[in-house]
Amino acid sequence: MTDRDAAISVAGLKKTYGTVEAVKGISFTVRAGTTTALLGGNGAGKTTTLSMLLGVLTPTAGKITVLGEDMLKHRHRVLPRMNFTSPYVDLPKRLTVGQNLLVFADLYGVRRARARIAAVAEDCDLTALLKRPYGDLSAGQRTRVSLAKAVLNEPEVLLLDEPTASLDPDIGDRMRTYLEQYQRRTGCTMLLASHHMGEVERMCDDVIMLRAGLVVDQGSPQDLLARYGRENMEQVFLDVARGRDGGLRNAGVTGAGADELAI
Amino acid sequence: MSAGTARIERQTGSAAAARRVFALVRRHAYLLLKSWPRIVSMAYYPTVTMVLWAFLTLYLAPTNSFLTSAPGFFIGAVLLWDVLFRGQLGVSLTFVEELYSRNLGNLFVSPLTLPEFIAGQLVMSVLRTLIGVGGACVFAWLLFRYSIFSFGLPLIAFFANLLVFGWAIGLAVSGLILRWGLGAEELAWAAIFLVAPVSGVYYPVGVLPGWLQAIAYALPSAHVFEGMRAVLLDGTFDWAHFRAAAALNVVFLALGAALFAMAVRHAREHGALLQMGE
Repeated sequence: MTDRDAAISVAGLKKTYGTVEAVKGISFTVRAGTTTALLGGNGAGKTTTLSMLLGVLTPTAGKITVLGEDMLKHRHRVLPRMNFTSPYVDLPKRLTVGQNLLVFADLYGVRRARARIAAVAEDCDLTALLKRPYGDLSAGQRTRVSLAKAVLNEPEVLLLDEPTASLDPDIGDRMRTYLEQYQRRTGCTMLLASHHMGEVERMCDDVIMLRAGLVVDQGSPQDLLARYGRENMEQVFLDVARGRDGGLRNAGVTGAGADELAI
Repeated sequence: MSAGTARIERQTGSAAAARRVFALVRRHAYLLLKSWPRIVSMAYYPTVTMVLWAFLTLYLAPTNSFLTSAPGFFIGAVLLWDVLFRGQLGVSLTFVEELYSRNLGNLFVSPLTLPEFIAGQLVMSVLRTLIGVGGACVFAWLLFRYSIFSFGLPLIAFFANLLVFGWAIGLAVSGLILRWGLGAEELAWAAIFLVAPVSGVYYPVGVLPGWLQAIAYALPSAHVFEGMRAVLLDGTFDWAHFRAAAALNVVFLALGAALFAMAVRHAREHGALLQMGE
């Protein structure tokens, strides 16, 4: 894969907090227009990696390129073309859903903001909630608002940290369908951190498996299922998380072998 | 799916920066406008303090030659002090509001730059100060027929210098809260009172011990209140105090902004921007 094919390129990314190494020099690339999952157990380094990709966490070492721009040097050139959702952030609770979306439409410079908000609200089944204070919403409704905020500016790169957490199966399915349609329409690149393995199998072209801050395996869901001899990604996840990957990949593979494994 | 597509404005240049600052102001204005208790509380404290000093003036004036020649002295002093206090609170509380709502992560991954974020805080500080002190000024006129505009044009110089010094302290306090967490929120309310005794609000700096006078004259506020006394008692505008206050404000504002920027850098290094909140 050439650099032009990569929407996201990470090389030797490392993050340490004192003596704790949260991310240990990982490298990977994400092809433009694809959906890639970042998988791993709690503390594997997923959110840390996403935070560094977003520019809200400074890496200890390494290089991040998003849409051809060096994120560490020119973050503000590329941030208008990105967006994200995360359960770790919230929106002002006393503002209504519509007011929150209008503020972010202005921040991202969305033209004809009210029309755009109406369209996104319809897509995310939020029209009836636009005048409700964000703080009055259920967890599932808030997740949908967060997703609506994330697509307001029609980003070329979308980072999704647990995007369907707290959603019931029906709404979760609708949101996945919406994201799939959104990607087909816009060619957006998505990087998804999720613990929902069904979501990963359904939505993702590629999977990056993290364990203890290292990339321990990567490939398409089909490749991984075949490689591990498993029937679903949940079993693959458990194999990797519990270190039962049988030496298929070694921790530290992201160093010299990173190019070979680039997806 | 509605398939509505987003069309995006230019992201560079002053118009784009102004739009993002306006977005931040809009966010806080929504919050203020939908809560009349918030608006009332902003004017409440300055008004009550003004009323106290006004009655003290009424009590002392008949037997005090100083107050006979400058009857609006205490009221003017307390209103100007509140410009400083509200200016600082306007910056700090706007920031604390973002921490409470756990919204910093959303803001810092948006195209909003740090200078724009600071500019938004400063604009909100002006609005909060105008509401808070403006309310007290209205009551000063209604209840005691005292007009803050009796200072004349020097009022603009006093207001601007005190507001900017309030911004400097507000930014420094915001930086400390970002660095140490919401446990340090008390600083937002208390920090300003550290400079109160040496600002010469109600008494001349000359009454302070020599070493404290040196500290006082290193603060813009002391020069402003000395200038206020010159206007009230001598009817002159002291340019030397004005220039000293303005020059010191440049230094303090730069220090406040630098401290805040350092705290943001520290937060980026330690992952606090996404995780900070209640």
